[in-house]
Amino acid sequence: MFKYFEPSKIFSITSRAPKYVLTLFIIVLTIGLVEALILSPEDYKQSHSVRIMYVHVPAAWISIGIFSTITILSLIGYIFKIRNFFLISKSLAPSGFLFTIIALVTGSIWGKPTWGTWWAWDARITSMLILALFYTIYLIAWRIYDNDDKVLKVTTIITILGIINVPIIKYSVDWWNTLHQPASINILSKSSIHVSMLYPLLIMTAAFALFSLLIFLMKYNTELIKIKNKGLDRL
Amino acid sequence: MINELIYMNGYGSYVWTAFAFTLISFVSLYVVVKVQYIKEKNKFITKFGTLNSKRAAFAKTQSINKEILSNTSNI
Repeated sequence: MFKYFEPSKIFSITSRAPKYVLTLFIIVLTIGLVEALILSPEDYKQSHSVRIMYVHVPAAWISIGIFSTITILSLIGYIFKIRNFFLISKSLAPSGFLFTIIALVTGSIWGKPTWGTWWAWDARITSMLILALFYTIYLIAWRIYDNDDKVLKVTTIITILGIINVPIIKYSVDWWNTLHQPASINILSKSSIHVSMLYPLLIMTAAFALFSLLIFLMKYNTELIKIKNKGLDRL
Repeated sequence: MINELIYMNGYGSYVWTAFAFTLISFVSLYVVVKVQYIKEKNKFITKFGTLNSKRAAFAKTQSINKEILSNTSNI
């Protein structure tokens, strides 16, 4: 099955896909922005500041999702010695890191009018900051050991250590008393968010997911060409 | 309508800053990754040009090399 993940086989797809993904991203983002900034209602308690949710929540979801994906790929890649999984993980990391920073910064901006402070060392915010640190360490490890086989072991260990933080992020609002509100959207039970706010949130999440796909494809193609450059040196 | 959209009951500065930060971050990462891509691709084309005809013919047998050379403006 893994032969289908051979870079030479999928490059013909990944090299053509970015332009279509970019077009789709612009369309979905435009719809999402109109919904989030104009059409969605203001909150009875938080008024218009609730609109920050439409960038803050998708960014947090995707940053956690990408880190989990990187961990799974690194583990499978390390166990079954599939180098391409590491290449995919490496290409996913920049957008995951960016979304973590966006979640932290927009959360801080939202915190000022809602809690009266830009920053609090509460469990949810601190665990998100730790996630940003793990992304940073992961990206630095690739930079330091890029031409070394050690990179596969080092990055796998970083992701295994980092994944311990993911359930802490998710359940921090239930386990501890935090400033951060509990989850409004649950897959298994009824969500407490109204559909007029849920739809813009889902559209913005789709737009953010498309952006990470776009960056992933561009970064993955760059990494493949980098490998081919080294191959030409050896010819 | 326009005033309400800008001021948002006094929350406009927070909302617009959050959205602007997000969009600027998107554009910045896109530009950085695109520059890296163009740089690597140009390096590949330059290296390919320096190969002698025998090596170039051999390199061209690999489909991925042909793809890199043919897709000059794919992003």
